[in-house]
Amino acid sequence: MRVALFVTCVNDTLFPNTGKAVVSLLRRLGVDVDFPQEQTCCGQMHVNTGYRDEGVRLARGFLSVFGRYDAVVSPSGSCASMVREQYPKLAAGMGATRAKAFTRVHRGRTRFAEAVAEVTPKVYDLSEFLVDVLGVTDVGACFPHRVTYHPTCHSLRGLRVGDRPVRLLEAVRGLELVPLPQADECCGFGGTFAVKNAAVSAAMCADKIGHVMDTGAEVLCAADNSCLMHIGGALRRQRSGVRVMHLAEILASTEDLGARR
Amino acid sequence: MSRTFVGMPAFPRAAEEAVQDSQLRFNLRKATHTIRGRRAAVVDEVPDWAAMRAAGKVVKDDVLRNLERYLLQVEEAVTRAGGHVHWAADAAEANAIVTRLVEDTGHREVVKVKSMATQEIGLNEALAQAGITAYETDLAELIVQLGDDLPSHILVPAIHRNRSEIREIFQENMARWGRPAPDGLTDEPATLADAARLHLRERFLSTKVGISGANFVIAETGTLVVLESEGNGRMCLTLPETLISVVGIEKVLPTWRDLDLFLRLLPRSSTGERMNPYTSTWTAGVEGQEFHLVLLDNGRTRVLADEVGRQALRCIRCSACLNVCPVYERVGGHAYGSVYPGPIGAILTPQLRGTASELDASLPYASSLCGACYDVCPVAIDIPEVLVHLRARGPHPAGERAGMRAAGWVFSRASRLRGVQRVMSRMRRFVPRRWLPGPGSAWTQTRDVPAVPAESFREWWEREGR
Repeated sequence: MRVALFVTCVNDTLFPNTGKAVVSLLRRLGVDVDFPQEQTCCGQMHVNTGYRDEGVRLARGFLSVFGRYDAVVSPSGSCASMVREQYPKLAAGMGATRAKAFTRVHRGRTRFAEAVAEVTPKVYDLSEFLVDVLGVTDVGACFPHRVTYHPTCHSLRGLRVGDRPVRLLEAVRGLELVPLPQADECCGFGGTFAVKNAAVSAAMCADKIGHVMDTGAEVLCAADNSCLMHIGGALRRQRSGVRVMHLAEILASTEDLGARR
Repeated sequence: MSRTFVGMPAFPRAAEEAVQDSQLRFNLRKATHTIRGRRAAVVDEVPDWAAMRAAGKVVKDDVLRNLERYLLQVEEAVTRAGGHVHWAADAAEANAIVTRLVEDTGHREVVKVKSMATQEIGLNEALAQAGITAYETDLAELIVQLGDDLPSHILVPAIHRNRSEIREIFQENMARWGRPAPDGLTDEPATLADAARLHLRERFLSTKVGISGANFVIAETGTLVVLESEGNGRMCLTLPETLISVVGIEKVLPTWRDLDLFLRLLPRSSTGERMNPYTSTWTAGVEGQEFHLVLLDNGRTRVLADEVGRQALRCIRCSACLNVCPVYERVGGHAYGSVYPGPIGAILTPQLRGTASELDASLPYASSLCGACYDVCPVAIDIPEVLVHLRARGPHPAGERAGMRAAGWVFSRASRLRGVQRVMSRMRRFVPRRWLPGPGSAWTQTRDVPAVPAESFREWWEREGR
């Protein structure tokens, strides 16, 4: 099985440890993972902010890079959900263009729709890949800390990963998982929402970090570094002492590594 | 006289003010969480909720596809039953029709059952200009009217008020509108309800013209349906000599059989009840009553022409999306500048009114796209999909456009992304953690910036990943 890592532009640039953790975890589980170096960004920021044409261009790039693999694994619920849930909608909505360019547009649209139909079912969030494709919940990790888990919106309501991440965390040796109150509420990041509606975003985040601190956890875990960047940035500003860690980093931890980072 | 939404500031500015009102946030949080919990409990009781939801979507889509046929059916049936049907293309036309109908009766006062459509067109204000006073009789609408306030929620217009605020409003303003509040009024809900009952009873018994909306219009018989909790609506519908119903054209259901489905979908989604307390149906007027039906377009046919956006017209105004929305919960309804607040307002208002105003253009961005609204919608309106669709239409600020183009250019080649990453790594010591310039300052007001790593993932991969 040819497995590709779609690390995402945010992780590639700002959170390389997450990508390294995915690679080490998958190799430990016997998966030969490749990182196609032509990859960049899935186009979510552009599409969600209203720059659809730019987004479609980036989507085409994504599809051509990952088309040749049997499975694409991503440590971002949000980007995986962009590809799997929003690419088909982009393909369906590409009709409204001027008539004189019809033939060219029609051909382009058909090719795009075909590529979407072929590639998107092979895209997995990390927890889905581990549980559904590899069939493991105990990945042999050891992380002796008190952890609470935030199920990010796009994992929860886009990809519907359900309790897969929780099952993976529960199987980690030494890890004490404490439930997060109001866990399924959005943290308020929302991409450009955090800047366009900064006051509301901050209010949502304030409530989220309040709940996190109420749990008494040392570590807040999630499967999306964008949300963690937002919540973690506020936790740090509050000098809360709570660390944020990506799910992959906890699952990659072993006895000799203990608490990395 | 009640205020109107005209001249509201853009959403982010209105929201910024609202989130600082701690009383408002407390009231909203308490109310939305209570209804949210109740809704979740009664929806979980229904084993085939997903199938019912899918069926609701199918019925409404059929209505929207064949709207012309169903509306002609309604007109024919209502006329046959002795009623009069009027077609209103926009708010001005609808207001003119209703004003003329009231003037023809010779009365200067009307009682109203809570109606979103008449709020949408600003009917009360239009009637006031003609010297006609409209009295709201829904308890929450009464509170809003007495308080010279604006509705803040679809189902619970006074959701932003708590009971001690309501007591003050009753004491200060009831006398100006009719029977004054009794002496020694407390903030006990039962006492407040009694005061409202006495105030309203006088009104019901003396007013000869009633104005209503409708939750549904059944095409096969021309029957209108109103769902309510208090029974005040039923008094407005049956006591007056003249009844005028203003109804959006998308409210049609093909048959009585379809009504059964929606009588199960709506109360569970809106109030978290298995069945709503009062369901009134009428085909033309009750005996001896003159009945007028005003069918309101006001932008709806334009929404219908948009293949993605038209699903907003499936909305049955249950307000489940408001109660679950984290943005609505922090800012309340007023910031949306429309009678339709929350997630549904963010997609319906800019479609109905267009995006010429700064406020209406900012509404599609009043969401973090968390998707909670789509999950609870009883007719499966994919609100995040429509939000993104509306954002694509623009307009976009010039600086943002330039930034997005630049980002697109960087992302279109991996080598360019790699170059930017290298520059960032070299400059990493100069990236401030607590203060960013320009639009980034919105981020650093409450959050630290993550540290830029010494090496990107792709550099690590080239070095030792392969």
